[in-house]
Amino acid sequence: MARTPRQVGEEVWKTRVEKVNAELVTLTYGSVVAQLCKDFGNDYIQVNEQLDKMGYNIGIRLIEDFLARTNTSRCRTFKDTAEIISKVGFKIFLNITPTVGNWSQDNKQFSLIFDENPLADFVELPDDGKAVNELWYSNILCGVLRGALEMVQTQVEAQFINDVLRGHETTEMRVTLIRILEDEMPVGDD
Amino acid sequence: MVVYSLYILNKAAGLIYQRDFNEGLKRLSSNDYLVLSGTFHAVYAIASQISPVPSSSGIEVLETETFRLQCFQTLTGTKFLLISEPRQQNTDAVLRRIYELYADYVIKNPFYQIEMPVRCELFDRHLATYIRGIP
Repeated sequence: MARTPRQVGEEVWKTRVEKVNAELVTLTYGSVVAQLCKDFGNDYIQVNEQLDKMGYNIGIRLIEDFLARTNTSRCRTFKDTAEIISKVGFKIFLNITPTVGNWSQDNKQFSLIFDENPLADFVELPDDGKAVNELWYSNILCGVLRGALEMVQTQVEAQFINDVLRGHETTEMRVTLIRILEDEMPVGDD
Repeated sequence: MVVYSLYILNKAAGLIYQRDFNEGLKRLSSNDYLVLSGTFHAVYAIASQISPVPSSSGIEVLETETFRLQCFQTLTGTKFLLISEPRQQNTDAVLRRIYELYADYVIKNPFYQIEMPVRCELFDRHLATYIRGIP
């Protein structure tokens, strides 16, 4: 029987992933965001954009690592894609499995709801009255998803719509399928 | 095991890596390598289209009396071609392992530009070590 995404994620996480100290990741990411805020004079809209770009550049590379390690086959539906992102992708890279939910009627839009977010463990946003309304602290993750999915011919838009750092009840990312890039689909794909 | 040669083709059919590991194959001119990979890319695509089985893959293995060519295409469209002795087993597993090395030492090298020719010494070294160690 084919294994579920959850089993694949667990197994790859246990046996095939090198672990690093979580504080190292959290602090590195924190200093990147803080430095960007400084460089852009607290123009948080720009910071969001930069984080998304950086994430994109990570995503287009990370996907190869993901595929090589997990031996995943092509997802047939966008629902499968969502499951794999949560149960395998987030699991092996961050050891979290955000909840997939809030599907739109046409099944082209879903939310990832983060019960935990290792990037934001020690974070309080600056109290300049602006950051809590403008900065999406973990925005790099949106770029990562966008980049990684584009490399497997799936064009999406991803953005945070809630963040506990801003005082919302949950941290929620909205992912929207724009289109499947049929023209770029490799010929003879199984 | 005798692995003769490895080719890596980007999704646009460009040859981004070619390396021989053992004596046995005649060296070609660099232009001929490009022609060879372009041709294989095309034949692979045609094979998948003329197959009577719907949504069939392209050529995965080509067996001859003198060599065996195994092809592995990733979901991102990169192709890995391995040319080995004809009776070599498990060449698909070898290619999967090579894909991991590629993901590590090529793609994760921040100064490697995606889709461009691969000039990564760490990749060369780890690849050579791995190929030498194959029983």
